[in-house]
Amino acid sequence: MLFGFPLLSLVIWLPILAGVAVLATGGDRNAPLARMIALVGSVAGFLVAIPLYTSFDPLTSTMQFVENHVWIERFNVHYHLGVDGIAMPLILLNAFTTPLVVIAGWEVITRRVSQYMGAFLIMSGIVNGVFSSLDAILFYVFWEASLIPMFLIIGVWGGPNRVYAAIKFFLYTLLGSLLMLVAFIYLYQVSEGSFSILEYHKLPLSMASQILIFIAFLLAFAVKVPMWPVHTWLPDAHVEAPTGGSVVLAAILLKMGGYGFLRFSLPILPDASHQLAGMMIALSLIAVVYIGLVALVQADMKKLIAYSSVAHMGFVTLGFFLFNNYGLEGAMVQMVSHGFISAAMFLCIGVMYDRLHSRQIADYGGVAHRMPVFAAFFMLFAMANSGLPGTSGFVGEFMVIMASMKVNFWYAFLAATTLITGAAYTLWMYKRVIFGAVVHPAVEEMKDIGAREILVLTVLAVAVLGMGLYPLPLTEVMHTTVDDLLAHVARSKLQ
Amino acid sequence: MNFMLPNFAPAYPEIFLLVMVCGVLMADLAWGDKKPGTAYLLAQLALFGCMLITFGTLQPDTIHTFSGMFVDDTLADILKMLVYITVSVVLVYSRTYISDRGILSGEFFSLALFATLGMMVMISASHFMTLYLGLELLSLSLYAMVALRRDSAGATEAAIKFFVLGALASGFLLYGMSMIYGATGSLDIGSVTKAIEGGVISRGVLVVGLVFIVAGISFKLSAAPFHMWAPDVYEGASSAVVLFVGSAPKLAAFGFVMRLLVEGLGAMSGDWQGMLIILAITSMVIGNIAAIAQSNIKRMLAYSTISHMGFMLLGLIGANENGYSAAMFYVVVYVLMTMGTFGIIMLLSRAGFEADKLDDYKGLNRRNPWYAFIMLLLMFSMAGIPPTVGIYAKLSVLQAVLNAGYTWLAVLAVLLSLIGVFYYLRIVKLMYFDEPETDAVIAPKGDVRVLLSANGLAILAFGIFPQSLIALCTYAIQHST
Repeated sequence: MLFGFPLLSLVIWLPILAGVAVLATGGDRNAPLARMIALVGSVAGFLVAIPLYTSFDPLTSTMQFVENHVWIERFNVHYHLGVDGIAMPLILLNAFTTPLVVIAGWEVITRRVSQYMGAFLIMSGIVNGVFSSLDAILFYVFWEASLIPMFLIIGVWGGPNRVYAAIKFFLYTLLGSLLMLVAFIYLYQVSEGSFSILEYHKLPLSMASQILIFIAFLLAFAVKVPMWPVHTWLPDAHVEAPTGGSVVLAAILLKMGGYGFLRFSLPILPDASHQLAGMMIALSLIAVVYIGLVALVQADMKKLIAYSSVAHMGFVTLGFFLFNNYGLEGAMVQMVSHGFISAAMFLCIGVMYDRLHSRQIADYGGVAHRMPVFAAFFMLFAMANSGLPGTSGFVGEFMVIMASMKVNFWYAFLAATTLITGAAYTLWMYKRVIFGAVVHPAVEEMKDIGAREILVLTVLAVAVLGMGLYPLPLTEVMHTTVDDLLAHVARSKLQ
Repeated sequence: MNFMLPNFAPAYPEIFLLVMVCGVLMADLAWGDKKPGTAYLLAQLALFGCMLITFGTLQPDTIHTFSGMFVDDTLADILKMLVYITVSVVLVYSRTYISDRGILSGEFFSLALFATLGMMVMISASHFMTLYLGLELLSLSLYAMVALRRDSAGATEAAIKFFVLGALASGFLLYGMSMIYGATGSLDIGSVTKAIEGGVISRGVLVVGLVFIVAGISFKLSAAPFHMWAPDVYEGASSAVVLFVGSAPKLAAFGFVMRLLVEGLGAMSGDWQGMLIILAITSMVIGNIAAIAQSNIKRMLAYSTISHMGFMLLGLIGANENGYSAAMFYVVVYVLMTMGTFGIIMLLSRAGFEADKLDDYKGLNRRNPWYAFIMLLLMFSMAGIPPTVGIYAKLSVLQAVLNAGYTWLAVLAVLLSLIGVFYYLRIVKLMYFDEPETDAVIAPKGDVRVLLSANGLAILAFGIFPQSLIALCTYAIQHST
């Protein structure tokens, strides 16, 4: 443990400052410099996050690397940071993804390079702030601030319908989070002047207020996850966003919703969580089964992966509300694994899009003849997306299915249908795009991936396989936190 | 009968300003043609002098003078300082704009200073008559400023609308005051309070008087349904005048509300709370929804002002210090944002070209990323998105509302402000997502460049460190009520 060293502040502010430095390089004349600073900044951001893992004490569920300073005296708001076994892996995931996004956009983005790179770096720092805030207002500030860079990324570098997608993304997420703000102020009143999340964990609340607060939180987090039926912004946002935007959206921003449930809904509102668990499980299963079927009929690759994200995140929320060890840990593993896999899938689609400028499955076919190396990588990630044993996709889903089996056979049965539909939509898409004869002349022209793309995909492939074969390094850090969270949720807060 | 010379000390800033205004007029007559900048410099000098005097005579006590018609307390000092700063910045932003349009003359600056004097009198009033005098001095100067561009049909129409409706509102206010006088036998704020708290007065007369007073106040604040003048005035008047009308007078209006409703009629808070809730809700509904339909940015900002004033009124309904300081913070933040926004509007306007269509903002990020970024900060702040200061303004008011026990009102306010986000986002969309239609160079003068950048960065800086500004407002309220 590095006592007294503001490590978390460094993890948050280093990428943001690097982002400002990138912005300061100005116009596209200085694009090479902007790219270089962005790369250095993002890699440094990842390196400084590593001590969070190596110095982490997995045997305690109390907050670690804590920093606490008064920030706004008037409202007793503190600059209070700290991580536990739930937050720390997500910070690492975020810090890990940012350099990949920078490298993925290296040659592809030619317009307003400094703004593109700067936005990603600033967003990376902000998201680290979301995962480490222990003060509700601080959390809210980071949470909302993360909307601004993503809004610009979709709107400036996105596809033809980008304006609609960007505004829909922004308003949808804002609707939920504004009610969360009201809930925070309500808790501030009830707790007699505190915005500390850890105080809220101990705060006794009546059932009626727990249910109302749960709904306010649910709107914020469900939109972000996204859960059925508030998922409709996601396909639009993904389709229009540039590749890097899709990667960050799927790999990181969706996790903010899942994290919200674990940090706020479950520990602050245990009774309401138990009361409404049936509804949450039903919504999650609808996402898994129904959205899986919706993914099957998509003609647009990005849309297909977007719907598959919704289905996979359904497993996450399902795992949360089963209230047992396997469920919660499985959901956490699923979040991290989905971070790797969805990032890889969107990058693969990005690779093809850069060459052909189409996302339609029908425009491809026979890509394997022209891009064999790429086809191999894409195969691995497609398998992981359908949950093949040995990949990270399997571990999380399997744990959640086991957990639901303990609760109710039919939950497990419905959840397990994903092993069929997931394989069906992913592999069918793979088959139509990669195999077969080359029909379209444009595909003939496609060149196989270069060193830059191989580097990015290799890193992700190692992560996906490593986690699939040996998930222990991840599960052991969250074990104690998950146990204590479950014990906490089991105690009633009613008086 | 002895004639006592009153204590002039608390009114030194007002007296100094009055002398300076006359000086500005004379100087402009003498040198205005040869050196058109004279009036501007003198006006800035006058404001700076006022600032020094107010700062020099800063004291923690509350002093009444002129037979109790005038008061000097912490709230007055702080509000006046804010007014000086605001007016001074407004004049800097306006200078190039009005000189391009040939109204860079003594009239503009002397009217602006007279209006400032009116605001100061309003802020320092402790008697209904003083309040009314200050208000009329302010209003009449504003009517004339709106009409200053007399060759423009739009400006003339705006001025007439503003004047007719404003005169009506003043009439309401006077009528309400006369009712209060009839009921309590006094117009002195202290005596009125005592009389009402005494409890022997007929409530019926008081409440009727209160209704008229609240209606008059709503007009001045441009709260719906007394908002009709705002969109026309914002659209018709020149941007420099709109900036003036939309900024400092809101601070004075807040002082006016504090003196009249809180200090004078605080004992009737149970009656005016309900009225303010209705005004706040209608303002937020009308302001936010009507703003969506606008294609003229000044008109859109008029509706945005209406909704902001509605939100500010929410702070007052708690009728406690907590709420008043939240409302004051909201007004200060609002003024900061309005200054920046109109600063940008005037920056983009050139001689013979008004940047008042939304489409004029297309592709600003391509033309000048720095000012686009400042406008982005301003828009997100108006929408209440962190990390800008706007969120704390909303947070303070919402906290006051929940503290007063109106959870439903807080939820409603939040949902209505979500509608508002849409039209602020649209500006960001135009600036960042669209291609520019013109590539006219944006090259402001040095002082505008520095101030506008500072204004924009203040939005961000106060967004990260809001404590000082919040503490200032809390201090002002706590030491005056």
